[in-house]
Amino acid sequence: MLIIIATLLGNTLLYATPLIFAALGGVMSERSGVVNIGLEGMMMIGAFGAAITSLSTGSPWLGLLVAMLAGGALAMLHALASVTFKADQVVSGVAINFMANGFSMFMLYKLYGGGQSPHITTKLSKVAIPGLSKIPHFGDALFNNYPTVYLAFVATFLVWLILYKTPFGLRVRAVGEHPLAVDTVGVNVYLIRYICVIISGILAGLGGAAVSIGIIAEFTEVTIAGQGFIALAAMIFGKWTPWGATGACLFFGAANALDAIGQSIGLTKYANPAFFSMLPYILTIVALAGFIGRANAPAADGRPYEKGKR
Amino acid sequence: MAEVKVNSKKLLDVIGVPALSIILGLLVGAIAMVWMGYSPIEGYTGLFKGIFGDVFYFGETIRSMTPLIFTGLAVAFAFRTGLFNIGVEGQFVVGMLAGALIGAAMPGVPWILHITLAMLGGALAGAIWASVPGVLKGRFGVHEVITSIMMNYISLILVNYLIRNFFRIAEQEATKNVVPSADMSIAWLKHLTGGARVHWGTLVALILVVVIAYLLNRTTLGYELRAVGFNPHAAAYGGINVTKNVVLAMVISGAVAGAGGAVEIMGVFGRMAVSPVLPGVGFDGLAVALIGANNPFGVIFGAFLFGALKTGAIQMQYVTQVPYAIIRVVMATIVFFVAAKEFVRWILRVKRREA
Amino acid sequence: MAPVIEMRNISKVFPRVVANENINITIGNGEIHALLGENGAGKSTLMNILYGLYQPTEGEIFVKGQKVNIPNPNVAISLGIGMVHQHFMLIPPMTVAENIVLGREPRKFGFLDMSRAVRDVQDISERYGLKVDAKAKIEDISVGMQQRVEILKALYRGAELLILDEPTAVLTPQEIQELFEIMRNLIKEGKSIIFITHKLKEIMAISDKVTIIRRGKVVDTVDTANTSTRELASKMVGREVIFNVAKQKFNPGKAVLKLEGLEALNNRKLPALRGISLEVRQGEIIGIAGVDGNGQSELIEVITGLRKATKGSVKILGKDITNSKPRKVIESSISHIPEDRQLRGLILDFTIEENMVLETYYKDEFSNGIILNNKLIHKHAQRLIKEFDVRPTDEKALARSLSGGNQQKVILAREIDRNPEVLIAAQPTRGLDVGAIEFVHKRLVEQRDNGKAVLLISLELDEILGLSDRIAVIYEGEIVGIVEAKDATEEMLGLMMAGATSKGQGGDE
Repeated sequence: MLIIIATLLGNTLLYATPLIFAALGGVMSERSGVVNIGLEGMMMIGAFGAAITSLSTGSPWLGLLVAMLAGGALAMLHALASVTFKADQVVSGVAINFMANGFSMFMLYKLYGGGQSPHITTKLSKVAIPGLSKIPHFGDALFNNYPTVYLAFVATFLVWLILYKTPFGLRVRAVGEHPLAVDTVGVNVYLIRYICVIISGILAGLGGAAVSIGIIAEFTEVTIAGQGFIALAAMIFGKWTPWGATGACLFFGAANALDAIGQSIGLTKYANPAFFSMLPYILTIVALAGFIGRANAPAADGRPYEKGKR
Repeated sequence: MAEVKVNSKKLLDVIGVPALSIILGLLVGAIAMVWMGYSPIEGYTGLFKGIFGDVFYFGETIRSMTPLIFTGLAVAFAFRTGLFNIGVEGQFVVGMLAGALIGAAMPGVPWILHITLAMLGGALAGAIWASVPGVLKGRFGVHEVITSIMMNYISLILVNYLIRNFFRIAEQEATKNVVPSADMSIAWLKHLTGGARVHWGTLVALILVVVIAYLLNRTTLGYELRAVGFNPHAAAYGGINVTKNVVLAMVISGAVAGAGGAVEIMGVFGRMAVSPVLPGVGFDGLAVALIGANNPFGVIFGAFLFGALKTGAIQMQYVTQVPYAIIRVVMATIVFFVAAKEFVRWILRVKRREA
Repeated sequence: MAPVIEMRNISKVFPRVVANENINITIGNGEIHALLGENGAGKSTLMNILYGLYQPTEGEIFVKGQKVNIPNPNVAISLGIGMVHQHFMLIPPMTVAENIVLGREPRKFGFLDMSRAVRDVQDISERYGLKVDAKAKIEDISVGMQQRVEILKALYRGAELLILDEPTAVLTPQEIQELFEIMRNLIKEGKSIIFITHKLKEIMAISDKVTIIRRGKVVDTVDTANTSTRELASKMVGREVIFNVAKQKFNPGKAVLKLEGLEALNNRKLPALRGISLEVRQGEIIGIAGVDGNGQSELIEVITGLRKATKGSVKILGKDITNSKPRKVIESSISHIPEDRQLRGLILDFTIEENMVLETYYKDEFSNGIILNNKLIHKHAQRLIKEFDVRPTDEKALARSLSGGNQQKVILAREIDRNPEVLIAAQPTRGLDVGAIEFVHKRLVEQRDNGKAVLLISLELDEILGLSDRIAVIYEGEIVGIVEAKDATEEMLGLMMAGATSKGQGGDE
């Protein structure tokens, strides 16, 4: 039994990690007032970038770096459209998803002649934390893990620190609520939104890498398959806060882990695995409907800011 | 005088912006091809031939344009009523399942009745699916974008689950084939086009465009729906029931998408199979509606454009080795520029000033 | 000593509009300089130029004799210019201290030093006598305190010159006195103030100098001591202004609208109406006076069916319509000119003709129940456009493209044409120029003279006093007194609006 629980916890962390990165990205972007439906595409381009870099250079760490760059670059497009050119942010996000899909599939076909990358032999390897990993039963499952897992929690702490303890974070939160007010005290609203959207892409790119060179060791069209949208859901479920979002990701990760090992522990007798897959989506709708407390988005979320219009 | 001014500005938005976006999209596609060592001239020639080069290809273009008319119309209709129905994808999927199930049942029923029933079934399924975000928006003010995205994924998982557990046929992860009375394909035209999967659904789609346009612009219901879409506060002040109309708008939009799903099964696939991913026509519908400036008739043009690109790309990849996926980049770029119309307007304005 | 600010030959041209033309204005040290003009005269544009939000097309700005260029608010702030906007620029879920330090945050090792921020805010708040609670959230404090926060925001940034944009619009007469006290204090501390307003009495009460702007040009700059409200008014409008509308003799008929013990909650689920009883009679205009946010909006919404009453009743001509759907209320012969014409009164993306049938499109006149009869809608609109002098006369023009005055005429036409027993007019002249105001007032009085009942809700005391036959004062969701207009004085109403009413004063009938 302990082993099952330990495995379950380990898998929870594993599945939650990509979601955490992307959801944190969502928090950054939306707290500054830019809705980011494009998280899915940014994860995809990150997963793709990490995969081909890892394949061609043999270095998964370089893969992580390229994933961040790719996610950030794609996010820049989103910022350009939705901040500078005041495009509808949802539409721009959808275009971002199209773009990521088309570009990565196009490149994949060119590089490997098909819709699937070769197996990545040089994916990230697990790192054991001295001492902690020796804890009986649980040590190995929790503290002998991919570096991305640890990094996800570091990232959560950093995002929290930035948002709530720095002048920049105060400005970000203010821009998400009332950009005109921020503009009138001489802070550049557009710059803040650009920075936040780009950070969100960097984080989502990392999330994608955590899938392609962490959990699995390949890249195909269905590698991300909706995880960006689950991350979006987690962000809402976590009420647009970093720790809330990470908590929601862990919860969704657990649902995923249960789904994966449900068969082996006989859980399928009581509930169909489909139920666990659906859970994050259903819970998000329930949360939005206000049945679990009120989920309040930043007041200016989704609204392009136009200078001089009041 | 004043009228001319208004019209020229409108014209710029309705025609200028999409036209320039399409050109920019193809340009970005060409740059990507050059960058990857392909010849864009060859590529686009292949694409063009893959659309118009043969009656078969043209038939297939019409085929792939049809579901896009349904989904594009669903998105455009919702837009005009102030809603962003990004859940067309899911509504289409549940409509497919309903169409497949009704189409496979009731052998011996006259075809006109059978097809109508199956389409209505698909419409009903889509309507029910859309009513969830509709009610949440109408009653609780929950933004429909996130809820309908969630509904998309729920539909995928649920439909796969239902097929696997209740409706599969032996050893296959798919439903039974629809019976001949629910087959919408046009045999003689299929023959004429060398086997292109043309079907009556295209005609249904075109009729629906007219119906929706009439509904929106000429009826009291359309007046209410547009009033609520433009300004719910003023609509409520005028005595219009906002909640009812928001739900209704979403339901009608979902019904159009759901009917499209049923038609796609009866016209093209004949049965519904388990799929790991969403079909994508719903998201494409968003692009179609944008290109068509959310006008029902504009949707026909948008659907043709994207249907053609999708069809032509298959042949392009086969003949010139330029990967099919490049067309997604082109589509993404087009959507991007239509969305960022400030940018395109800016370019057009600069040009005019120079002239 | 060089003046604090000198703006020379400032012009600002927007596409198709000249907002400022060759404007010269000089603000002396320690001066309260009023800027007077109608809505749209160009006051805000000029101040936005001074604050760096707009760039002038032509002209020069001097600060203390130095020629400067103000490309953005940051530069304005560093030059000692601070602005308090008419619509407060505060972030509701954040604290007072956070709002004040935003953009100039105290830091410790690069991190936000919130405890120092709170201390700093308390310091300047004491120094200038502007009482605020540094740790309270903006959404929880009163409008008066929010305004003090705005002033502190400017002072925290070292403002030497304060621009106050219509600062009294949201205040009670007593709060206005407090604000004037604060302004005098600031002058004593060596600051200078630009005071933007269109209220003549306030100018006479507080300013040293007045610059009058009309249609983007400076009409005159005068010493307040050497002028009168009448002179200022005619300079502002460009002609003699008739302050009073001619009315027929007051001859009220029977009560048509009866409110009894109405109670209702506001959007935040707090009590907004606490037992309102009122009768509106045929042939009278009853004015509801009160400071914004005392339940006026909720009262209208309850009467018109847009908000649920939790208690009490609304009766029209003896028929109970409490908590009826809006459509039923409309069909009971109640018309309503809403307080926010762009939010409620019009669908801006509809054409004029579509807006003209907003409440009647489904009736036999305009449809067969399913299909609209566009020809009849068309004719109807053409007739009303002529009768109410709406411009442009093109019934296919979008409501969005109309000026504020013409938008209001469309609403007026639609509402009056239905020949209602009761007309509710909420802030019917907000943001309109004098010509349009006169038009609206004439139409309202016409309704009254024709024996209809008019319920007028306005934040402008002058408007209430000028039009009403009786005045009801609303305070915190209660009618604290009803007085005959001929017996009412501004002081008395002001006291009642602040809730300081003694029983019996004015008589509760």
